[in-house]
Amino acid sequence: MSQYMLLVYQEEVDPTEQAEREAELPLYVEFFRSLREAGLLVGVQRLHSTESATTVRVRGGETEITDGPFAVTKEFLAGYYIVDCADLDEALKQAARFPGARYGTVEVRPVMPVEQWVKVAREAGADVPDQAVEDLA
Amino acid sequence: MSGGAHPADPVSAAVARAFRDERAIVLATLIRQAGDFQLAEDAVQDAFEAAVTAWRRDGVPANPGAWITTAARRRAIDRLRRDRSVAARAERLAELMRLDAQHEEEPTMDDGSSIVDDRLRLIFTCCHPALQMPARVALTLRALGGMTTGEIARAFLVEEPTMGKRIVRAKRKIADAHIPYRVPADEELPDRLRGVLRVVYLIFNEGYAATGGDRLVRGELCDEAIRLGELLCRLMPDDAEVWGLSALMLLHDARRDARVDPSGRYAALDEQDRSLWDRSRIREGLARLEHAVRLRRPGEYQLQAAITALQIQAPDPEATDWAQIAELYGALARLNPSPVIELNRAVAVGLADGPAAGLALLEPLLGDSALERYQPLQAAHAELLSRAGDAAGAARAYERAIALSANDVERAELERRLGALR
Repeated sequence: MSQYMLLVYQEEVDPTEQAEREAELPLYVEFFRSLREAGLLVGVQRLHSTESATTVRVRGGETEITDGPFAVTKEFLAGYYIVDCADLDEALKQAARFPGARYGTVEVRPVMPVEQWVKVAREAGADVPDQAVEDLA
Repeated sequence: MSGGAHPADPVSAAVARAFRDERAIVLATLIRQAGDFQLAEDAVQDAFEAAVTAWRRDGVPANPGAWITTAARRRAIDRLRRDRSVAARAERLAELMRLDAQHEEEPTMDDGSSIVDDRLRLIFTCCHPALQMPARVALTLRALGGMTTGEIARAFLVEEPTMGKRIVRAKRKIADAHIPYRVPADEELPDRLRGVLRVVYLIFNEGYAATGGDRLVRGELCDEAIRLGELLCRLMPDDAEVWGLSALMLLHDARRDARVDPSGRYAALDEQDRSLWDRSRIREGLARLEHAVRLRRPGEYQLQAAITALQIQAPDPEATDWAQIAELYGALARLNPSPVIELNRAVAVGLADGPAAGLALLEPLLGDSALERYQPLQAAHAELLSRAGDAAGAARAYERAIALSANDVERAELERRLGALR
């Protein structure tokens, strides 16, 4: 078996269209469940929108913190870490410790809690059973 | 609510006063207790709206701040009951209800209590480096100042919905990314405090420079920045630069009215009517500068305040101690090398040791491409050339400065000086 990372890219859309997408949560739950039953799923997490992103670079020993997502340049996605931190300050501190931050860029994006994901879907009109919280976890 | 848009009936006046004096304290505390910026802000807003009706019906309470605190907390409880998405909701609710059940006297609104710490937390959250600078400025004014979104929008010359979105986005980022609500740890504190002071000074300068827009609203920015500076002095009294910035803003602001003469013409420092200077602001500024210097931790705001103090304290422009000012600019340049400081040093040296010495320092700056479009450099060059007797060179420099001027008042003054050469 080899491991693969599936990277999901999306355009951020207007609230109406976003609500339509949120209401599709049952489709996602079904997809996760089938992957899990096939023994293929290692982990899945949804990220908050790019509006909550912060980018970190370390240049000349100084940590540069910028509001916003990583802007498209010649740099490519090279890997990821998932870290448990008390708050953004701790996450930024750890990001700045990453050796590659001295020449690359680390985008710090909060993971959306499953409860919030379900809540948003319900607000958008989706019928989501409580069981989904476990399925998505 | 703070803009004086309401007629001066006693209830409206009391609500406006409570909004100005108590809102930040109530909000800061409630954010900590409710664990949610937006929810706390909505609850405080509800409380002020309820106050208008309740106070008109029952009379203004003896302690308006305590009334608002209780009302806001109850609104927060109502909102928390409805909103299931807040983190640790059950604990927050229990804590708020416990506080609500306590019938003891509300904590007093003066300093020296934990309430002060909440405002300090709020400042550090609003000025967090993970937020864009314009968002930091807007959020600080909204949360800690008494300004409404509409007033902030007018002061920064943007549409109200644009400013509203900027503030909402910042609050959402605070919630989603978990920007902490606390005073940074000791090792981060100096850096983060510099960041806070930068936000406050930026607010002040936006009001002071008045490159456009409504003068009155702009003046309000200066007042807000000065109030934030004074608040920081109370909250972080051991930091010399906090006092230095407060002093600097007061000393600049003391001359606000004198910068434009009755005909609307810009008045440079040496032409200002000194009787228009606000003596009490100067006294307060000088006292704060002295306090800063006694802490024996020099910094750039203190140096700038000391320079301004020397200019103000001279009995007339000719008696200004330009040699010492030049020295202070030298110290400033060592601390924080910048072409703008170098320019100011050249001007001071020009006044202390004659135009030739000033021109010698200015010369290298004229070749700096980053300063090519910097109007004050061209204006200073013109002034020095004129004093050195080079009228033709001065005229060319004035023309360059005029072309770069963005401000009508300033441009008129440069044109007058150009005309005086001929």
